[in-house]
Amino acid sequence: MPSLFDIFFYLFAAAIVASAAVVCFSRNIVHAAFSLLFTFFGVAGIYVLLSADFLAVGQILIYVGGILVLLVFGVMLTNRVTNIDLRSALGARIPALIICGALLALLISILLPGHWISFREVPWKGSPWNHDAVAQVTAATQGTARELLDHQGSKGTALEIGKLLMTDYLLPFELLSIVLMVALIGAAMIARQDSNPSMRYKPRYKEPVQGEISS
Amino acid sequence: MTFTPVGLPHFLILSALLLVLGIFTMLTRRNAIAILMGIELILNAANINFVAFTRYGAINLGGQIVALFVIVMAACEAAVALAIVLNLYKRQGSINVREANTLRD
Repeated sequence: MPSLFDIFFYLFAAAIVASAAVVCFSRNIVHAAFSLLFTFFGVAGIYVLLSADFLAVGQILIYVGGILVLLVFGVMLTNRVTNIDLRSALGARIPALIICGALLALLISILLPGHWISFREVPWKGSPWNHDAVAQVTAATQGTARELLDHQGSKGTALEIGKLLMTDYLLPFELLSIVLMVALIGAAMIARQDSNPSMRYKPRYKEPVQGEISS
Repeated sequence: MTFTPVGLPHFLILSALLLVLGIFTMLTRRNAIAILMGIELILNAANINFVAFTRYGAINLGGQIVALFVIVMAACEAAVALAIVLNLYKRQGSINVREANTLRD
């Protein structure tokens, strides 16, 4: 009998795989960009199921609010383009399919339950923040007072992540902030409009034809 | 066939599927932005693994923190890559990566 947790997992997994398949196979780059939205939301849902609340919010804020908007801007700014279907020819897609299929078969044969996993099949209860979000909601809505008490031990992960970032992970955190700053300055440098007119776009092959948006 | 409750292998297989879809996107697309989308899928697959091992393995929150770092790196990568793509578009009028085969004018 599937629990609520299982049902939500399969729901999010189906959303993720279906929308990632659209990203993969869609002819239209705008469709791909928008289905990436559902992939990111589905991954955020998976984070919630894994009781990573801070990370789920970060996923939505940074991926959906930042990266996806950047990608959509990129699509809009560069899509005068060539009308033709920008996917590879069928001859180039078949080797890719073979490689990916082989990789997937390998990974799944390794990962299938019972082969190698000596990890716990159940969540690790050793730490107070590792709680079951769905069980908590279930207890809050329809559980007894006793069950509610059992699931109120967690204060979420944000506090603990903050402490770890300022102690154990301080050096990577600071390095990452420098990388972020350098990347943003570099991006602004690269994308800047050139004042030198000889650097502007000169058509080399053919004038791009006005046409439908394609991937 | 009996129903097995969702555990660590389910999350790992989901992440393997996402990884393979991302690699397929990177291999078959010729649009630079679509290739970037494939990279984002791969990074998300890696993140699901990190967070799943945080919950099911006996590592403390380290996995979640690494996942957070990966998200920030993805933001850097998207910013720089889109700047490069816009520049490419400005220079050659298309973002087909097959045509981006010169190092200078």
